[in-house]
Amino acid sequence: MSNNPVRVHAVAEGVGVAGAMKAVFMRDMKVAFRQRQDLLNPLLFFVMVVTLFPLGVSPEVSFLREAGAGILWVAALLSVLLSLDHLFRHDFDDGTLEQLVLQPQPLFLLVLAKTLAHWMLTGLPLVILTPVLGIMVHLPGNSIGILCLTLLIGTPVLSLIGSIGAALTLGLRSAGVLLSLLIIPLYIPVLIFGTGTVAAVSEGAPVGAYLALMGAFLVLALTLAPFASASALKISMSNS
Amino acid sequence: MWQLFHKLGSPKWFYGIATRLMPWLLVGGALLLLAGIVWGLAFAPKDYLQGNSYRIIFIHVPTAFLAQSVYIMMAVAAVVTLVWRMKLADVFVKAVAPVGLVLTFLALFTGAVWGKPTWGTWWIWDARLTSMLILLFLYGGVIALDRAINDEKSAARAVAVLVLVGVVNIPIIKYSVEWWNTLHQPATFKLTEKPSMPAEMWVPLLLSVLGLYLIFGWLACLRMQTEIIAREQRTRWVKDLVMAGRH
Repeated sequence: MSNNPVRVHAVAEGVGVAGAMKAVFMRDMKVAFRQRQDLLNPLLFFVMVVTLFPLGVSPEVSFLREAGAGILWVAALLSVLLSLDHLFRHDFDDGTLEQLVLQPQPLFLLVLAKTLAHWMLTGLPLVILTPVLGIMVHLPGNSIGILCLTLLIGTPVLSLIGSIGAALTLGLRSAGVLLSLLIIPLYIPVLIFGTGTVAAVSEGAPVGAYLALMGAFLVLALTLAPFASASALKISMSNS
Repeated sequence: MWQLFHKLGSPKWFYGIATRLMPWLLVGGALLLLAGIVWGLAFAPKDYLQGNSYRIIFIHVPTAFLAQSVYIMMAVAAVVTLVWRMKLADVFVKAVAPVGLVLTFLALFTGAVWGKPTWGTWWIWDARLTSMLILLFLYGGVIALDRAINDEKSAARAVAVLVLVGVVNIPIIKYSVEWWNTLHQPATFKLTEKPSMPAEMWVPLLLSVLGLYLIFGWLACLRMQTEIIAREQRTRWVKDLVMAGRH
């Protein structure tokens, strides 16, 4: 474990806001790569959930082609949800988070850096894995392309919204289930438009409007979610 | 102005006001609601297309209306909690969240009952219905989070953050019937236009909406009083109150 609060403090002091964000981001990446199993688990979960549908519902090509995008989106959503618990938990347990809250730099930017690191470690690998699973559920080529694009825009939104829930439930009993209860309602719009885009492509309809809306979600989440999670973090920290 | 503001922050002052207000709210609300529903169910003209089944509108619309506006009220109270740390605002959020949950459930349930004869199905995954279902989940989340945090102050502020994040859903519900081609009909009442139905139909509807608002006000006061008593049980005035009620 390289969870060294003192060093984070030293790095963040005296450097600008950008330097502090970079330090937080690099530290999260480094910690994650020293515990590689934690990185792999959400991916394995993603693959397994996708596997359940052909086996559990129907392996028919027609069904899979129809439902494939939705299955992949739901599986990606669930695996992001599962990984959210890790976002602040370890740092909260060992006190690093307290140091971050005490930093002179605005907390929401540090939270943003942490969330970006979370996305790089969970959302992005899911997007990279998507084409393989897309072929396994018999999606046509152009649908796979659009699916990857929607996941590329959508998974950061999932991480950003999720960071609010992770911050709110920090340090609570049975935080995992509660986190899902709070966050899934907020994930639904992203899911609807993410799968809607792919459905539009397979019907040959234009997708510009869908992608623009997804982009709007991303911009909205990017600008507002860090504030909400930073204030939620402060509340949770004062609680303990 | 500021004096009122300070008074509003005092649970004891509110308790007194609520006690005086509640009979009026209850009687007024019950009368309006009864008038609206009896008029609507028994005397309003039949719809030429839907026959008598449309009459569930006199229950469906008030509950759906309230379900959304209770959330908006909670959001306003959440801002007050976060900015001014006013105790009463947080008591309000905590007290009315279950009421909102029940109202949303009733709106969905009566909608399903209405949908069966009219659309031929209990449920469709339509934008308005889905966004109301999300509202139900949001209420559930608010209640769950509130129960999960033991410390009263942090529960209040965490819930306030969650309520504010969930506000994004409200305009989606409101405009879902205009943005998407849905089976659900557009808004019944608009501030800027005359209702599209005859007065014998919309007047009783308006009466029952107003009546339910008053009943909600009564219920909110009652639940807030209970919450205040529970929170302030160690204070002098609550002890005096309870002792006075003994004999």
